[in-house]
Amino acid sequence: MDYLGVLPFLAYVGVFLIYPTLVVIVGAFQDDAGQPSTANVTALTEGVYLKAFTRSLELSAATAVIGMVLGSLLAWAVSSGRPDGALRRTVTSLCGVLAQFGGVTLAFAFIATIGLTGVVTQFLKDHLGIDLYSHGVWLFDLPGLILVYSYFQIPLMVIVFLPALDGLRPQWREAVQSLGGSSWQYWRRVAAPVLTPSFLGAGLLLFANAFSAYATAAALVSQGSPIVPLEIRGFFISEVLLGRENIGKALGFSMIVVVAIVMALYALLLRRASRWLR
Amino acid sequence: MTGPTGMDPAPLSAAKPRERTASRPGAGRHTAALRVAVLLPLGVFFLLPLLAMLEFSTREAGGRHGLQAWRAIGHTPALTSAIITSLTLAGLTVAAMLLLLVPTVTWVRLRLPGLRRLVEFLCLLPLMIPAIVLVVGIAPVYAWVTYLLGDTPLTLTFVYVVLVLPFSYRVIDAGLGAIDLPTLTEAARGLGASWPTVILRVVVPNIRGALAGASFLAVALVLGEFTLASLLNFDNLQVEINLLGEVDAALAIAVSLAAILFAVALLLAISFIGRHRHRNPR
Repeated sequence: MDYLGVLPFLAYVGVFLIYPTLVVIVGAFQDDAGQPSTANVTALTEGVYLKAFTRSLELSAATAVIGMVLGSLLAWAVSSGRPDGALRRTVTSLCGVLAQFGGVTLAFAFIATIGLTGVVTQFLKDHLGIDLYSHGVWLFDLPGLILVYSYFQIPLMVIVFLPALDGLRPQWREAVQSLGGSSWQYWRRVAAPVLTPSFLGAGLLLFANAFSAYATAAALVSQGSPIVPLEIRGFFISEVLLGRENIGKALGFSMIVVVAIVMALYALLLRRASRWLR
Repeated sequence: MTGPTGMDPAPLSAAKPRERTASRPGAGRHTAALRVAVLLPLGVFFLLPLLAMLEFSTREAGGRHGLQAWRAIGHTPALTSAIITSLTLAGLTVAAMLLLLVPTVTWVRLRLPGLRRLVEFLCLLPLMIPAIVLVVGIAPVYAWVTYLLGDTPLTLTFVYVVLVLPFSYRVIDAGLGAIDLPTLTEAARGLGASWPTVILRVVVPNIRGALAGASFLAVALVLGEFTLASLLNFDNLQVEINLLGEVDAALAIAVSLAAILFAVALLLAISFIGRHRHRNPR
C-alpha cells in the first residue's frame, strides 16, 4: 500500500525522463530499419563528428580552466571581505543569475558589446583605430564561444567554490601563525591541500556545464555546426540522409556518456572534499 | 547548511580584526590591494556587456539616444504574448513541481526510506541528460502530448518540471530535513488529520522558506529556457527574443536586458527570504 504514494512520481518521471533517455540510448544502437547496429556510434569516430567532438571538448576544457582560475580568485576576494557585507550579497546574487541565465540573452549581450556594431567594437575603431575583427569575425566561432561561455562559467565557479573557501577555519591560520608560519606557507601547506578536491570538483562541474550547453551557441552560431550540440540540432531539424537517421541519437548518447563520467568523478571528489570541510 | 550561521557571527567578527592588526602589519594592505586587483577587472568584464546592452538598446537614428526600443516592447503583440506564455509556463511549472515533489518526498522520508536513494537519483538524473539530448528523446512523447492536449506551448510544462527537478528536489529535501517531520506528522495524525491535511496544513507551512526558494529557482529557469521550446516548435519568451534579433536588434537587446534585471530582482528576493529565515527561529 505504501508504494502507491510514490506511484505518480515514478509514472511521471518514467514518461518524461526515463522513456526519452531510453529512446536516445536504444536509437543510438539501431539502424534505420530498427535492427541492432553499431554503425552510428562508429561513425562518430571520424570526419565532421570527430571534429565537432574535439571542438566541444576544447571549448569545455578551456572555459572550465578560465572559470576555475578567475572564479576562485573572485570567490577569494568575496570571502576575504565581510561575511554579511553588501559586496558579498551583490556578487553572490549576480553570480546566481549569470550562472543560470545563459542562453539567448547572453548571446545578445555580447553582440551588443563586441558584435560588428557593438559598443566596444565601435569605440575601439573610432577612438583607438583598433579593428577587433581584422583577422575575421571570431565572435561566432570557437574563440567567441570561449569568451561568451566564460561569462557564465566564472559565476558558476564562484557559487560552487565559495562554500569551500568559507569552510577554511580561522583557527587553522592562527595555528600556522602561532607556529611562526608565513601567509604563503598557510596557503601552500594548509589551505591548498584542503581546497584541492573542491577546486578540481568544481572544475569538473564547469566542464560538464559547458559541454551540455546549447542555447548560447545556438543563438550565436546560426550557420554551421562547430560543436556537438549544434550538430545534434542539425540532425533534429533537417531532413536527414537515408541510413543516417540515428546518428543524432548516437551523438546524444555520447554526450550522456561524457557528462556521466565527469559527474561520477565529481561525486568522488566531493566525497573526498567533505572530509575537512563541514 | 543554514543551521549554525546564526550562532557564529559574534566569535567570528571578534577574531577577524584582531588577526588583521596583530599579525603581520603589511598583510592587511596587501590583501586589500590584491582584492581590488581581482574585483576591478572582473567587475568591468561582467558589467560591460550589461552597460553595452543599455547603450545599444537606446540607440536611435542620427546617433541620438532614446527609449524607442523600450517603448516598443509593449507594442509588439508577438512579444507580449510570448511574455505571457513564459509567465504562465513559470506558474504552471511551479504548481506541478510542488504538487509532484512535496507529497512524494514527504512520503518517502516517512514511510519508504528504502526508496530514498532511488528518488534522489531520479531527481538528479536530468543533470546528466543535456537538454539538447532530452529533446531528441522526448519528441515522440510530445507527438502524443499535442495529440491529446492540443498544440499549445503550455504543454512545455511537462518537460520543464523535469528540468527543474534537480534544483527543486535538493531545496525541498533539505527543507524537510531541517524540521522534525515524524513528530509533526504523528501529532497531526494522532489528532485525526487526513494525509492531505497533514501535507497542506502541517508540512507545507513548516517548509515555506524552502518551497519559496524552490519556486523562485524554477521561475528563473523557465523564463530563461530556450532549447526545448525552440526545438519542439513552441514560442516562448527566449524563442521570440531570438526571432526578434534577426529583425530588430535594439528591441531584442532591450527585452534581454529587462529579462536579466528581472532575474536579478528575483534572486535578490530569494537571498532576502533566506536571510529572514535565519533570524526567525531565534
